[in-house]
Amino acid sequence: MIDPFLDNGFMQRALVAGILVSLTCAVVGTYVVLRGMAFIGDALAHGVLPGVAMATILGLPTMLGAGVGAVVMIGGVGLITARSKLSNDTAIGLLFIGLLALGVVLVSSSDSLTGDLEAILFGQFLGVDTTDLLVQTIALLAVCAISLYSARPFLLLCFDIDLVSTMGYKAQWYHRLMLLMIAATVVVSFQTVGSLLVFGMLLAPAGVGALLARRIGSMMLWAAGTGVLSTYVGLLASYHFSWAAGASVVLTAVAIFFLTLVFVSVRKSLTLASA
Amino acid sequence: MTSTAVVARRLAVGYGGRAVLTGIDAYLKAGGSTALVGSNGSGKSTLLKTLAGLLPPVSGALEIMGGAVTEMSHKVAYLSQFHPNGFVLPLCAVDVVRMARYDQRGRWARRSQTDDAIVAESMEMMKISNLGDIPLCDLSGGQQQRVYLAQVLARRAGLLLLDEPTAGLDAPGRAAYMEAMVFERERGAAIVTATHDVAEASTCDRVLLVAGRIVADGPPAIVMTPENLLETFGIGLTKVGDHLVVTEHHHDH
Repeated sequence: MIDPFLDNGFMQRALVAGILVSLTCAVVGTYVVLRGMAFIGDALAHGVLPGVAMATILGLPTMLGAGVGAVVMIGGVGLITARSKLSNDTAIGLLFIGLLALGVVLVSSSDSLTGDLEAILFGQFLGVDTTDLLVQTIALLAVCAISLYSARPFLLLCFDIDLVSTMGYKAQWYHRLMLLMIAATVVVSFQTVGSLLVFGMLLAPAGVGALLARRIGSMMLWAAGTGVLSTYVGLLASYHFSWAAGASVVLTAVAIFFLTLVFVSVRKSLTLASA
Repeated sequence: MTSTAVVARRLAVGYGGRAVLTGIDAYLKAGGSTALVGSNGSGKSTLLKTLAGLLPPVSGALEIMGGAVTEMSHKVAYLSQFHPNGFVLPLCAVDVVRMARYDQRGRWARRSQTDDAIVAESMEMMKISNLGDIPLCDLSGGQQQRVYLAQVLARRAGLLLLDEPTAGLDAPGRAAYMEAMVFERERGAAIVTATHDVAEASTCDRVLLVAGRIVADGPPAIVMTPENLLETFGIGLTKVGDHLVVTEHHHDH
């Protein structure tokens, strides 16, 4: 159970990276789930693809490309909704599919990128180095600091955006800060779990928290615990069965979500039956 | 607390620069209550949102509690008509009411004994003290509405803006709400409600009948005449006791 992590440096780094991603996604994913922002999260996760592809072609850091992709996505959604009567989800959908298509075109037009596509989409869990770990740690600390500083306005934002303003906070400012936090999490985490699977780590553990918790703080704790457990079990499964590491971790998180859903449903039925 | 809650001069309210309610001249004093009565789309909710500082006025002048609306919005307690996230948040009823004290505590300070006392008193006024530890999502619609009203009460604000406050409330809930409003007025708060409830409107000092403009403004006994109600709702209505009875349909031709 623990031997693979004792004997292999790459497994140790993968475990640490997974834990850092899990903790970051637990905090951010809680807000994504509570505010019903899964679609923008998904769009960001896919929208970084052309930025990463372009950065790779130009020989720039991929994280820089991912950051530009995220900014284009958020800025574009704001621009479309401000200049037209289109709803937020239509604007997100248009940019989501547009950026994804651009990413695929860029990747398919470059022979050197074709091999990198899998790494971009599904990450390189077992190939993370100490620099990746350092960046992920900084991201986790930043996300925690922002969440602590903005705990009350963020809670108000989840409850009722109108209440934020009448409590003396700037609602749009905090909304944008939350979007920035989601984007930063996607950009930093995509190298580990990939741009597709980071979305799973944002949603599945926070979904478990939403099913079990009665407070937002405990929801984050449940999400963090689920993420860490998924990382451990997923990496073990990957090691023993030669499965893709990132996919194994996310698959475990989604499986835990459905097991929790069954548990909660059965518990509710039993409670109603005994009442 | 200032004696003037709202001063509006030639105010027009709406969305994106397009006015939906115009010609509002109002002077609402502290401790007074005003009902906005009108059909769907008449501009009641838009006016409330503008008073709350959530929408900019399209034109005209507006002062809240003696200051610009953008500077005073934190002195206003606003109850919106919809709470789309209420069913998904992992919050108990008491947590929702406690949110009302955030503006008193700032970003970091913990709850004081005063905060706890005000929260407990507000929940008692709405008769939901026994629901404090129950998750919001497990409460009925009417119970949730009582929680939202308790949150408004716990603000201890100078101006209460309530959009359909009695929607979903049963008879005991309405009675608790009416008592709470008496308490708020005695405390010196001004209250503005948007409502279809004639009984509720009749308890206010003043009624504004709205239909894209102010049709009538004054004490309910004077304002709620069949002629004014015909102009407001487009159908003939007569107030019989606490009820409106349809008497004729409006014809444009």
